[in-house]
Amino acid sequence: MPRKNLAAELEEVGIEIDGEVSDSDDSGTRKRANRRPAAKRGGAKGRGRGADEDEDDEDEEEDEAPRGRRKKKPTKKRRDASDDEDDSEDETPKKKRGGAANKKKGGKAQDSDEEDRKDKGKDKDDDKDMKKKKKKKKDESSSDSSSHSDDEEEESLSEGEMARLKEEVEEKKKLIANIRNKPWRMKRRLMHLKEAQTFVDKFEGALGKGKGRKWYAYKVMMTKKWIKFQRDFENFRTACIPWESRIKEVESHFGSSVASYFIFLRWMYGMNLVLFGFTFGLVVIPEVLMGLPYGSVPRKTVPRAEQPTAQDYSVLMDFQGYCKYSVMFYGYYNDQRTIGLLKFRLPLSYLMVGIGTFGYSLMVVIRTMAKNADVGGGDGDEGEFTFSWKMFTSWDYLIGNAETADNKYASITTSFKESIVDEQENQKDENIHLRRFLRVLANFLIICSLGGSGYLIYFVVKRSQEFATRDDLSWYEKNEVEIIMSLLGLLCPPLFETIAELEDYHPRIALKWQLGRIFALFLGNLYTFLFALFDEVNTKLEQEQAIKNSSIWAMKEYYANYSRLVNDSEATPPPMDPADVIRGPCWETAVGIEFVKLTVSDIQVTYLTILIGDFARAVIVRFLNYCWCWDLEAGFPSYGEFDISGNVLGLVFNQGMIWMGAFYAPGLVGINVLRLLSSMYYQCWAVMATNVPHERVFKASKSNNFYMGLLLLILFLSLLPVVYTIMTLPPSFDCGPFSGKAKMFDVIMETIDLDLPAFMGTIFSYAANPGLIIPAVLLMVLAIYYLNSVSEAYQNSNMELKKKMQMARDEEKNRRNNTDSTNQVMKDLEDLLPNRSLIPLAPPPEPEKIPEPQAKPTKTKPGSAGKGVNLEKDVALASTNPNTRGPVSRPPGPRGPGSMAGPGGGQGRGRGRGPPLR
Amino acid sequence: MGNKQTIFTDEQLDAYQDCTFFTRKEILRLHGRYHELAPHLVPMDYTNDPDCKLPLALIVNMPELKENPFRNRIVEAFSEDGAGNLSFNEFVDMFSVLSEMAPRELKAIYAFKIYDFNVDNYLCKEDLEKTLNKLTKEELTPEEVELVCEKTIEEADLDGDNKLSFTDFENMISRAPDFLSTFHIRI
Repeated sequence: MPRKNLAAELEEVGIEIDGEVSDSDDSGTRKRANRRPAAKRGGAKGRGRGADEDEDDEDEEEDEAPRGRRKKKPTKKRRDASDDEDDSEDETPKKKRGGAANKKKGGKAQDSDEEDRKDKGKDKDDDKDMKKKKKKKKDESSSDSSSHSDDEEEESLSEGEMARLKEEVEEKKKLIANIRNKPWRMKRRLMHLKEAQTFVDKFEGALGKGKGRKWYAYKVMMTKKWIKFQRDFENFRTACIPWESRIKEVESHFGSSVASYFIFLRWMYGMNLVLFGFTFGLVVIPEVLMGLPYGSVPRKTVPRAEQPTAQDYSVLMDFQGYCKYSVMFYGYYNDQRTIGLLKFRLPLSYLMVGIGTFGYSLMVVIRTMAKNADVGGGDGDEGEFTFSWKMFTSWDYLIGNAETADNKYASITTSFKESIVDEQENQKDENIHLRRFLRVLANFLIICSLGGSGYLIYFVVKRSQEFATRDDLSWYEKNEVEIIMSLLGLLCPPLFETIAELEDYHPRIALKWQLGRIFALFLGNLYTFLFALFDEVNTKLEQEQAIKNSSIWAMKEYYANYSRLVNDSEATPPPMDPADVIRGPCWETAVGIEFVKLTVSDIQVTYLTILIGDFARAVIVRFLNYCWCWDLEAGFPSYGEFDISGNVLGLVFNQGMIWMGAFYAPGLVGINVLRLLSSMYYQCWAVMATNVPHERVFKASKSNNFYMGLLLLILFLSLLPVVYTIMTLPPSFDCGPFSGKAKMFDVIMETIDLDLPAFMGTIFSYAANPGLIIPAVLLMVLAIYYLNSVSEAYQNSNMELKKKMQMARDEEKNRRNNTDSTNQVMKDLEDLLPNRSLIPLAPPPEPEKIPEPQAKPTKTKPGSAGKGVNLEKDVALASTNPNTRGPVSRPPGPRGPGSMAGPGGGQGRGRGRGPPLR
Repeated sequence: MGNKQTIFTDEQLDAYQDCTFFTRKEILRLHGRYHELAPHLVPMDYTNDPDCKLPLALIVNMPELKENPFRNRIVEAFSEDGAGNLSFNEFVDMFSVLSEMAPRELKAIYAFKIYDFNVDNYLCKEDLEKTLNKLTKEELTPEEVELVCEKTIEEADLDGDNKLSFTDFENMISRAPDFLSTFHIRI
């Protein structure tokens, strides 16, 4: 602690002390008077107890404490006698320190309550001592003479004392760090904290010598500053998490299950924000700032044939026209190796960002999953504690809304009823054949509908390719694919839910099935869509070859015509207008457009569903209810529930499309960020305004990782097609950053060849040698195998350890039953028992407390104000110690025998514990 | 708070931060909430530890606790006199234990106290029945209540004394997957 602060603080302290000192005379004497007999008693007991063999360790502690007190007494007396004299300075600290050390020895067992309570008075005195001493020290440091005595005092410390002191300081520090985890009353906590802090403050500085001391003080100060900084930083960080209050609001109304969706959404938003940063920072912005402007080259210009309609709303909404030839899509990017003054390698950056997107997403998803698994920890043996868990953990303390609370009551009741029924019918389960048949039937039906929907999509996509060649299309025909897919996503989940009722699974299992099926539907749709897309790409690739030839031919024709018209073979012809150049189909942009269209229509459908399905429904139910023949709110339509599983799956599916489409449409990431952002506000509003809380409660803790698993799966699945196209398909010849290359990844080769020194090229060529790659792959497989077996071994040993712990716990339990040993937690618990004597002025007897009238007299009888608990403990011990047998059958400790044992008996027999104070 | 009026000294705030799981701002907010409950009773200036307690009836009406079936028990468990009169220290203590950051062991101790209706440091059948009735708003039939209580004791009671001691309770609650997520209140 820096001197200045100390001084400032001490001035306050000094005032405080003066106040205290005045009354400390009478109270102090009273206390001492009390303590003396107590010490005597303790000592006597110690001697008498020598014969007893059962509690040796306690004896030691007991003896230690009185000794400490005895030692302290003279010191204190002297202080009282000569309060302002400084000549006793040289020896008092030593003794005081000794006293403190002694107390600390008790402090080692200081978790022990009894000890603390006994020490309480002493602690207070100690505190005072310390403060006084500090004050004196300060006085000294201001005067010249005292510095001398200070040094003397330093030297008077022996090495052993130093070490012990250091240890104590460490202990106190540990206490300070952990004090918030102690199940104590706040008052006690604050007291201990203060005491420990004063102790640390006081002695920490004393530990170093001479120069070291200053350094030490400096270090301590810095540590404190560092801790404070950390705390502030932590505060700042929690303040930075967005939407915390919004989610809290939803959580308090709808429970943690609905909030889990919003937390997932927020997580997703964070991840997409990073992807957005990459894509825009490294690809889009450089292209906009440094690349060629619009209209300079054919790929950046709307073709002449499309120009009249290029600005029509309907065309733009289809992402044709100006949209298609914008920075949003792959085709716009030029194949210049470097752009701008900075020589930014755009094609390389484009490829790297495309791959980095996947790399980053994989890393984040896996890390989050691992973290979640960590939190989950032991996956708990289900079924062992069904009822207990339901009883003690089913109420969600977060609920602060009457409606939610009512629902929770209902759901708890039903879940109890379910468990009761499960319990009763566990053995019966007669109609197993019928149930099996129904389950098989349900699965068959669902597979049929899955297959059907898959085929429908394939059919529609095929048809859309046919439509693509025609011009006279209606609005429906143009958007058929999106409409069908959205419709399927809308209709199939309820259908599955209906079919799933046949199966009669437990709701939780049914939910997982439901999630899996909807996921399969989405996945099937996505993949059918992809295959159809690949067909399209292949046809485009075929077309491209022909167009490439004709384009070259047209170019030659143009030059030939020009030279023939001008009749001047030397004159260089002006370049052809970029709008007139014949273009290839540019399949990459076409793929990008498909994904963007799909995403946008998905957004529209989702938002419209909320608007119509939830909002309009809520409005109708709410206001038509006044003039309707049945109760709309309680009856048929009622209000909508928030569909967590559907929403989460929608989010996951959408993310898959983003991952797939981002490479061909860099703008898609931006659209997605906007979508997530608006969705956060929109859905929060919708949920608060139109939905009612769930009836079936959805476990939030576990399903979160289930969602992550789905996300990982879809990430992997969307990785495949993108990597396939990058590695195998040739890029279009006249659009995109890779045009003119045989394969997209040739950019990397080019960079290695041209920009890196030659030896790097050779190194890479060696590294790419199959002779090296195959062993590397083998090595990785081996490593995976090894890690896998190691983790299995750990799991096994984990299980073994768990078993051992259980056994040890049981054993401990038995021993505890027999010996009533000093269990720390039990003591704390007893300390937390209410202190009746603190009730202000005879409270009206409450019905709950009537059943135990015997307990009360025991607590209050001995007139030990505030120490009822202490006595109670004594009584319990007194009653239980004699009979070490049959602890199980004995009545609850404090009650039965308590009333019989009078105050005298309680004190007399309460060996091992100090007598009650005062 | 510097510009307005000091509620706590810096040392007090630091001490509170050390003793609870709250940040400085949250402690001030807690004081605000506490003050709000009875503006004429609770002083704005806490620098010299005024002795002031609020009765159970006031605290139980906070929106965070209003819907909780165990609200009376929670407040009683944290009050030193057992009747539900909370000083500010105890008030902070209560929300600290119920905060998200508090460790499982600490929460378990207080959960045990909350469910221990007759304050005898054991959860006996009587306690369980009360708990269950509060949880379900007494919608289960007596036979069902009986069955559930029996099953609960059968599951969790390891030493066979037909009631749950704290060790039994802790053993059971330490494996409960939802305990941490449900046993907390945000303020």
